[in-house]
Amino acid sequence: MTTKLFGEPVRRREDQRLITGKGRYLDDIGPNALAAAFVRSPHAHARIVDIDVDAALEVEGLVAIYTYEDLTGPMAEPLPVLIPHPQMHAPRTGFPLANGEVNHVGEPIVMVVATDRYVAEDACDRILVTYEELPVVVGVDVARAATAAVHEEIPDNVAARHHQETGDVEPALAASPRTLSFTQYIERSACMPMEGKGVHARWDSDDRSLRVYTSTQASTSVRAAIAAKLDLSLDKVEVIAPDVGGGFGVKIVHPWPEELLVPMAAIALGQEVKWAEDRREHFIGSAHERQQRQEITVGYDDDGRITALDVHIWHDNGAYTPYGIIVPIVTATQLVGPYVIPVYRVVVESVFTNTVIVTPYRGAGRPQGCYAMERTMDRIADDLGLDRALVRERNLIQTDQFPYDHHLTFQDGRPVIYDSGDYPGLLDKLRTLVGWSEADRLRAEAATRGKLLGVGMAMYVEGTGPGPYEGGHVQVLGSGKVLVSTGLTSQGQGHETAFAQIVASELGVPIEDVEVTTGDTRRFGYAVGTFASRAAVMSGNAIALAARGVREKALRIAADVLEAAPEDLEIDEGLVQVKGVPGTSIPLRTVAVLSNPLRYAFDEAAKQATQFARAGSDDKPPVAEGDAPGLEHRDYYSPIRSTFASGAHAAIVEIDPATWEIDVVKYAVVHDCGNVVNPMIVEGQVHGGVAQGVGGALYERMAYDADGQLQNASFMDFLMPYASEVPDIDIDHQQTPSPLNPLGIKGAGEAGVIPGTAAIASAIEDAVGRRITSMPISPTELYDLVRNPTAERTAAAERRSENGVLA
Amino acid sequence: MKPAPFRYADPGSLDEALEVLAEEGAKVLAGGQSLLPLLSMRLAAPATLVDINRVPGLDSIEVTGDGVTVGALVRHNSLLHDDAAARSQPLLTRATANVAHPAVRNRGTTVGSIAHADPSGEMTAVLALTDGSVTVAGAAGSEVVGWRDLFVGPLETSIAGPAVVTSAFFPALPPRSGTAFQEVARRKGDYAVCGAGVVVTLDAGRRVASVRASYVSVGLTPEVHDLTEAVAGSPVEKADWAAAGALARTLVDPDTDIHASAHYRRLLVGVLTERTLAEAAAEAAARATRE
Repeated sequence: MTTKLFGEPVRRREDQRLITGKGRYLDDIGPNALAAAFVRSPHAHARIVDIDVDAALEVEGLVAIYTYEDLTGPMAEPLPVLIPHPQMHAPRTGFPLANGEVNHVGEPIVMVVATDRYVAEDACDRILVTYEELPVVVGVDVARAATAAVHEEIPDNVAARHHQETGDVEPALAASPRTLSFTQYIERSACMPMEGKGVHARWDSDDRSLRVYTSTQASTSVRAAIAAKLDLSLDKVEVIAPDVGGGFGVKIVHPWPEELLVPMAAIALGQEVKWAEDRREHFIGSAHERQQRQEITVGYDDDGRITALDVHIWHDNGAYTPYGIIVPIVTATQLVGPYVIPVYRVVVESVFTNTVIVTPYRGAGRPQGCYAMERTMDRIADDLGLDRALVRERNLIQTDQFPYDHHLTFQDGRPVIYDSGDYPGLLDKLRTLVGWSEADRLRAEAATRGKLLGVGMAMYVEGTGPGPYEGGHVQVLGSGKVLVSTGLTSQGQGHETAFAQIVASELGVPIEDVEVTTGDTRRFGYAVGTFASRAAVMSGNAIALAARGVREKALRIAADVLEAAPEDLEIDEGLVQVKGVPGTSIPLRTVAVLSNPLRYAFDEAAKQATQFARAGSDDKPPVAEGDAPGLEHRDYYSPIRSTFASGAHAAIVEIDPATWEIDVVKYAVVHDCGNVVNPMIVEGQVHGGVAQGVGGALYERMAYDADGQLQNASFMDFLMPYASEVPDIDIDHQQTPSPLNPLGIKGAGEAGVIPGTAAIASAIEDAVGRRITSMPISPTELYDLVRNPTAERTAAAERRSENGVLA
Repeated sequence: MKPAPFRYADPGSLDEALEVLAEEGAKVLAGGQSLLPLLSMRLAAPATLVDINRVPGLDSIEVTGDGVTVGALVRHNSLLHDDAAARSQPLLTRATANVAHPAVRNRGTTVGSIAHADPSGEMTAVLALTDGSVTVAGAAGSEVVGWRDLFVGPLETSIAGPAVVTSAFFPALPPRSGTAFQEVARRKGDYAVCGAGVVVTLDAGRRVASVRASYVSVGLTPEVHDLTEAVAGSPVEKADWAAAGALARTLVDPDTDIHASAHYRRLLVGVLTERTLAEAAAEAAARATRE
């Protein structure tokens, strides 16, 4: 590695294109395509009695109307359960178009195709659907009470009962010097990418092939799903993720009904068809996450060391379970964080409700698990009168305990074995970064300004980069250009830059020569997808291995030409040269030309590779046995298990005791994702994650009423934080490389969001001295809490008021 | 989220506009910042949109000794940066600064937001608090409608028939007076959870002579509350603004929505009243000294 770009804060090469409006997003494609729009259920739970489309038929510009009756073959079957699991005993999925029953507001019932979206919506308006309303289940508590069923044949509303335990928890609790039990809640939020979902399909009736653009996080699997559902051969379907304006998890779910219906219509009509989701559709027709009820019992000793932990969670999975119980598993297994938990039992009951489906949203169950564990730490500290950081410190896994086996099974079916980490190091850095020891002084100073100040912290461990695999392809062209492709998709993370840095470093070429393509099945057919903070770990390593393969071949060819041993050669700035012998070199682009023996000289460069241009051995074939023409290599990376990143966050909040407005005045992050490809990109990921963490803690919720109507399905009422609501973020890094992969890296994509709710809850509790048991919390709710005479005061607040300090 | 079909007209004169507005289901379009989202959500489906942006003579801010007249096409942002208007009636700038974000203020019109009659709008409250009025051009000519007669209900005014609100008039701040305007919003630039605008007027002896307040997102229509009795006659430096805040809490009737309970809004009415009055009183005192 002579061209050292790995680890450098290289500016994102995609930004110029993206921020000057030159991105090519889904809705930029096919401006003349027919437009699809959907009639969606206005009821949370109802039987469909009749669909009358007559009035719509008069709309000028109407092209086609589809209902369930028009679906045939596999399209008429339920959508797939993407990730089956033995503990999910009652999975349910919807149909591409509702088959007689709707289970949440927003479920698609009719697809209209028209000359443009306006006309399509006009026609939708005229379609009359008659419903018979059914009892509605909203929220985990109502689902749990089971007075009504979302799916008639599942009377207890339980889709799955996920259960893991590492020992016999009841005797361990009984033997614990101290125990405490509590119940807490966390609410729904959602990914809310700036660009909603969208699909464009074009059928080539001569070639009998389909090209689909979709705003997805998993183009290869969308391709397979379309082929399966529409009875097409895989080789006749190509799926491309164009520029994608954010995903955050919602676009890993597939196939969305629209991803099947739009291609179906394009084939049937022989015309381009496009659907671009609007914001209201996204709110009611995509996915949410995070609502859980958590019942926690913890045993611990007088020093605050945990002896046993028993957790029972009710998880709201919405109307259907297409993504299985990934979120419950992640909560269950990531809850334990950086701590030694001698005996742990967790049960997550995943329950149906008549609401939008719940699938991974950045963090994917981790924020909830972190909230459970970290609030437990706060409770222990409060009970014992100990510093919250000290209690955490006493429970941390130590640096000499790696690899650390939690004896749990992770979401990839593999054991939860932490590969590496330095959790005491994180905590030390965090205390310094946030000024933890200064809290009382800051509190007193804030009091002089009439403000209540509180500090809080939360730590997490995040399993990242799960398998099964990703691949990479690297090819050097005769022009010197280096083409890199990987099958997973990009949604703005900076893959073009990070992957180019890896290739430039591994291959020894200028980064300007490297071009990266992601998520295009024409370029790379095998991939899993972009989720679980896995792109850098999985595709990064696969691409590195592919680049190493190219390098090896380049050196072999160059060694022939330069009459040197391959091990004496190096590649720097695109030049293959003999180490220590300046001038004895051959450009890599020439090696690329020579790698492909030619008969025809179509340009000057090609001439060098033609049959009369080079002296070759008459005894050897032009392409050696086992070799292939071209300077390219394809490789895959398949990890034995996930790698575990970690971090610690702290928040300082100031609360106005007159208006109960909550201001995060300082936010500190210590972050460890192993070796860092590009620290600027990692910091950007952390910033974005923290913004979503703050949103989830203080602003965002899905305000369902008891009838299952989402009352805030717009950006006016769903309070995604603006830049003005996101605090400045102080970041410190720690690097404990992963021993599991060639580059020693761990994922970074989700980290920023995970501890936000826990840390901010802790800080607010510290500031107001009242127990915070439900998040997010808004000023109006905080006001309700502090004026409620039965609200629990923290022991810390009691102690502080005994000492005469303003609580 | 695409509007239902509508006819679009962009008349070049007021008369022409009134002619089109006489058609069934015609609606005036000025800045479009409230109307267009309603159209896109298909919560409103006017048959004809009458875009008045080409109508001449509606885009000026006129300041006289009596007050400020704001034309129907004046954007929030123009009013926000009009120094003469701010000198005459400081509430205009102070309130406008709280209207949404720059992108909305660049297109949205002050008069449009008044005609929209949203009780969450800042400028409806300011029109009420300053005892302002609007001029309405109709088929029979123009008439002046005072704010009390204008606001009938949420998103509802007394204006009937083909008509264009051509301007709003905000009386100048009286002598020895000060104003303040504050909001609590969930996010910067959001509709206020609660907003308060106040005017404090002193007598010649620098005692509190009059205290009036109007609130944003509290109640169905803008109201002006006279809080004078809580502090009447107090020397300005010693007035008990908290008492005025407490009085205000008893006078308002806020609602609960997903962002705030009625209790919380009432709390904010008290807090913002107290805070804005202190600020307005300081200004009144300073002006009394200057004047």
